Amino acid sequence: MDVPMSWLKEYAPVTADLKDFMEDMTMSGSKVEGAVTMSGEIKNVVTGRINKIEKHPHADKLVVCKIEVGGGKELTIVTGAPNVKEGDYVPVALDHSMLADGTEIYTSDFRGVISEGMMCSIEELGFDRHDFPEAPEYGIYLFPEPVELGLDVTEAMDLKDDIVEFEITSNRPDCYSIVGIAREAAATYNIPFKYPELSVKEEGEGRAEDVVKVDIENPVLCPRYVARVVKNVKIGPSPRWMRKRLRAAGMRPINNIVDITNYVMLEMGHPMHAFSIETIKDSHIIVRNAKEGETITTLDGNVRQLDPSMLVIADTEKAVGIAGVMGGENSKIVEGSQAVLFECACFDGPNIRITAKKAGLRTDASSKYEKGIDPNLAIDAANRAAHLVELLGAGEVVPGVVDNYPGARTTWEISYSPEWINKFLGTNIPEKDMVEYFERVQLKVDPVNHIVTVPTFRPDIEAQADLAEEVARMYGYDKITETLASGTPTVGKKTYEQNITAMVKDTMVADGLCEAMTYSFESPKVFDKILLPADSPLRKTVTISNPLGEDFSVMRTVSFNGILNSLSTNYNRRNDSAALFEVARIYIPKALPVTELPDEIPTLTIGMYGNMDFFDLKGIVEHLTDVLGMKDKTEYETEKTLPWMHPGRTASVWINGENAGYLGELHPMVAKNYNIGTRVYLAVLDMPKLIANANRNVVYRALPKFPAITRDIAMLVKEDVTVKQIADEIKRNAGEYLEEVKLFDVYQGEQIEAGSKSVAYSISFRSADRTLSDGDIADPMQAIINGLANELGAQLRDK
Amino acid sequence: MKEKLKMLQEKASEAFREAKEIKDVDELKVKYLGKKGELTRLLKDLGRLSAEERPIIGQFANDVRQDIETMLEETKKRLTAAEMERRMEKEKIDVTMPGKAQPEGHKHPMSIVIDELCDIFMGMGYEVAEGPEVEKDYYNFEALNIPKNHPARDEQDTFYINGEILLRTQTSPMQVRTMEKGKLPIRMVCPGAVYRSDEVDATHSPVFHQMEGLVVDKNITMGDLKGALITFARELFGEDVKVRFRPHHFPFTEPSAEMDVTCFACGGEGCRVCKGEGYIELLGCGMVHPKVLKMSGIDPEEYSGFAFGMGLERVAMQRYGITDLRLLFENDMKFLKQF
Repeated sequence: MDVPMSWLKEYAPVTADLKDFMEDMTMSGSKVEGAVTMSGEIKNVVTGRINKIEKHPHADKLVVCKIEVGGGKELTIVTGAPNVKEGDYVPVALDHSMLADGTEIYTSDFRGVISEGMMCSIEELGFDRHDFPEAPEYGIYLFPEPVELGLDVTEAMDLKDDIVEFEITSNRPDCYSIVGIAREAAATYNIPFKYPELSVKEEGEGRAEDVVKVDIENPVLCPRYVARVVKNVKIGPSPRWMRKRLRAAGMRPINNIVDITNYVMLEMGHPMHAFSIETIKDSHIIVRNAKEGETITTLDGNVRQLDPSMLVIADTEKAVGIAGVMGGENSKIVEGSQAVLFECACFDGPNIRITAKKAGLRTDASSKYEKGIDPNLAIDAANRAAHLVELLGAGEVVPGVVDNYPGARTTWEISYSPEWINKFLGTNIPEKDMVEYFERVQLKVDPVNHIVTVPTFRPDIEAQADLAEEVARMYGYDKITETLASGTPTVGKKTYEQNITAMVKDTMVADGLCEAMTYSFESPKVFDKILLPADSPLRKTVTISNPLGEDFSVMRTVSFNGILNSLSTNYNRRNDSAALFEVARIYIPKALPVTELPDEIPTLTIGMYGNMDFFDLKGIVEHLTDVLGMKDKTEYETEKTLPWMHPGRTASVWINGENAGYLGELHPMVAKNYNIGTRVYLAVLDMPKLIANANRNVVYRALPKFPAITRDIAMLVKEDVTVKQIADEIKRNAGEYLEEVKLFDVYQGEQIEAGSKSVAYSISFRSADRTLSDGDIADPMQAIINGLANELGAQLRDK
Repeated sequence: MKEKLKMLQEKASEAFREAKEIKDVDELKVKYLGKKGELTRLLKDLGRLSAEERPIIGQFANDVRQDIETMLEETKKRLTAAEMERRMEKEKIDVTMPGKAQPEGHKHPMSIVIDELCDIFMGMGYEVAEGPEVEKDYYNFEALNIPKNHPARDEQDTFYINGEILLRTQTSPMQVRTMEKGKLPIRMVCPGAVYRSDEVDATHSPVFHQMEGLVVDKNITMGDLKGALITFARELFGEDVKVRFRPHHFPFTEPSAEMDVTCFACGGEGCRVCKGEGYIELLGCGMVHPKVLKMSGIDPEEYSGFAFGMGLERVAMQRYGITDLRLLFENDMKFLKQF
């Protein structure tokens, strides 16, 4: 909301300087976003009179003017403008001056003649012929009357005004108006607030209700329709003061009647529309829903398709405007309009919003209706418009108002307790101050019975807490003393799940991984990229009905697309290695279509490439299971069923017999789909399963007192026997003293028969209460060797 | 005999002086003190001496032995030290050569900020809660006093799954979910991802993060709200930070405020970053709206509370001087390794 200070001061006599005003209004609840001056960058542009015009000695199209600019000073200025003559008064940009758009003007040489400045067109001063209709279409602006010489043009042309921009919150639609802001300013400074002059002489002939008839077919969408009639209209430009204010508030002046509707909208906050009565068939306004297939050409010249959800203003045969959005081309005010109907109607905000959206046509009027308008304002706005018509001499206002207002909105009462308000705010404000604050914001107070009557323009005030806010902002938020909450002490903490998650993240960081952050929605094309079969249940997604685009349209059901994209980014920026992890959610719908909230499952994803292999990744996962106290309960199995993973280099991870995820090498085809030209390692682990199986109950075990005995064995086995099978077989037969089974060599190649491999283990035994002898482990070793030979066909190799 | 011993002593002394390496010392030890060494050999003749001479010469011989042993030890020490010195000299390296890189992991800057904020509030007695991102319209809007067609819905361009389910536009639904559990008093913060339909650019992202805070107890006042948030701001930005509360509007708090803190760029003097105001908006806050308390099953006559919410990307960007939001989601190692 742009508020010209001169307009505001008409209703609230603010004396504070601009900077203080901005600060004070912000602190009392009307946030100021900034301020500009109406004259833009204009500097050093003054009034001057052309005393003499001579031909330019070297150029046919240029002339040399002698211009007096006050103090008896005469400048030489070269111009090519066709419209100047001796004796004209003109705006002159002096040496080192600036035009409205910031262009700087200096003395310069024009083909051998030194020009000491420039005469300005209206556009160079930041305006156009809507603001100054007397300005020529091309050429220098000429003052219509003689002016004092050497005067700053911003003064001479009345271009001075500060325009303050306010941020208006959705609870205060009343503040989308000069009057609303003036009311707040008056409350802020406790100065008198003046309401706009509404008196109307009504010197026209007849009665308004005899001229026009108004019927509301849909009173839900149109609770009120006020009409005023003006006859013998004289269309012309509105006066300079009105044009100036409209421009300052961001609207283009058009003609007196249209300008009055815009002026009232800006000033009072109520949209208006002016119809040319001659174009209204039977002079009968009908507010109705549009018909199926109906169209209308709006004021901007576009044909709009209507539908029955939309409300239109119609006459007995056609629509003449889209209610609350824009009037029709067919009924607009033109040069020859004789009689005008001023419409000041209330429409349902949500319906206007939907209509404006459907029509793709958001106007100043529609956005005001969307925010909500006090229906009791309509009559004031209509009268204000009529007052202005008379003031401008733009026509004769016909006596009477047509006012169709079936269910009038009335004021309401709220009782308050000064004690409660003070307790709620933590303040000690005297009751009489509270009463004063209420009165300052235009609430009626009954201090005896502690009752406030709320005017209809403040629908945001519904209960005592709302009154507390009025008190707080008038008292000053900054004056409320800060305290620390008393009451029951509480312990600040994280949940168990959050703590385990933090441990997981810390472990990843300790292992050299960097934490990533990726989007949780993605394109359904991801599923093809990761080679997911067409019937995979993972393709069943929570889908956004109004996404930003297909790329952001489904909530992810697999966790690693973001990580792979990030690896790709790193790879293609030639980072020679990257190691990322993320703990983030996947979103699994319970059923499709979605009727209840999906399962959001936090998932740990690790992705990396560079100088590493499968076992680097596995080492990280093993370290994690160790940190979480579940290493002994974790097993790895060959995993060949994940289409996006390398079938020979992927392991599923089993914790306590439950599948908790997988790790391995990304399928090269998938890596290629992500434009990664190297091996990628990927691990995905289900956080709830990690959390459920984590064991942080550390119990100390006594350090060994007696030495261990260690035996190394090497064997030949078929190559598809896994080391896990061998280790399990060893453990099965090793007896009570077994301490550790450690793989230390796997070899395939020369000297080993094709299809076989050599595997070597170090097995250690230890007793807690004595030193073991060779004899103690002779039997277990034999059992181990037998077991390996019988169960796995292992041939023991000589050491 | 004594002469012979003396000569031996001198000879040995000479030999030890000339010894160059440890192994020379070992040889000398054998040569003089060994079983077949020269001193041993001399002492074999001890028996031939008279009874008077024997103890005297014996004593002298012992002295010589001790002397040789001392020389031996000293020479050994001297040579060991010399050898160590030679070795140190030989082993010298160019210490200005770079160290070997260790694998270094880093938390994401957003995580660092979230952890820090959680720590501050945990220190003030707040629990950390989390909630669903795919949320019911009821929790995201209705229960927060934002009924259907409320203009505030327009300000938050919402991603909908269907008419009743959406991607939460704020962390505020966790206020309602926490209050509904009915466990009082409440002191909680809830960090998390939220979603709004903003095109991606340097300052916008359709996914970003917020932190919500909620306190509900008996006798909670607006002064308490100020106290808690000023304490928080000082913890986050330092004791010198200036804080300003401005009236604002949120449908689910009344009175509502926005809290500004001294501009980071200019320290409060006014600059381009703060549009000359000297302050930068940090968070929105207010007293929990009685309607919201009531809808969540808490009696507003008995209890009151305050709530606050803030965007976290802004905090991270200001903290680290990051100027483009997109960097946070790219995950370039060169970026991540800086935090």
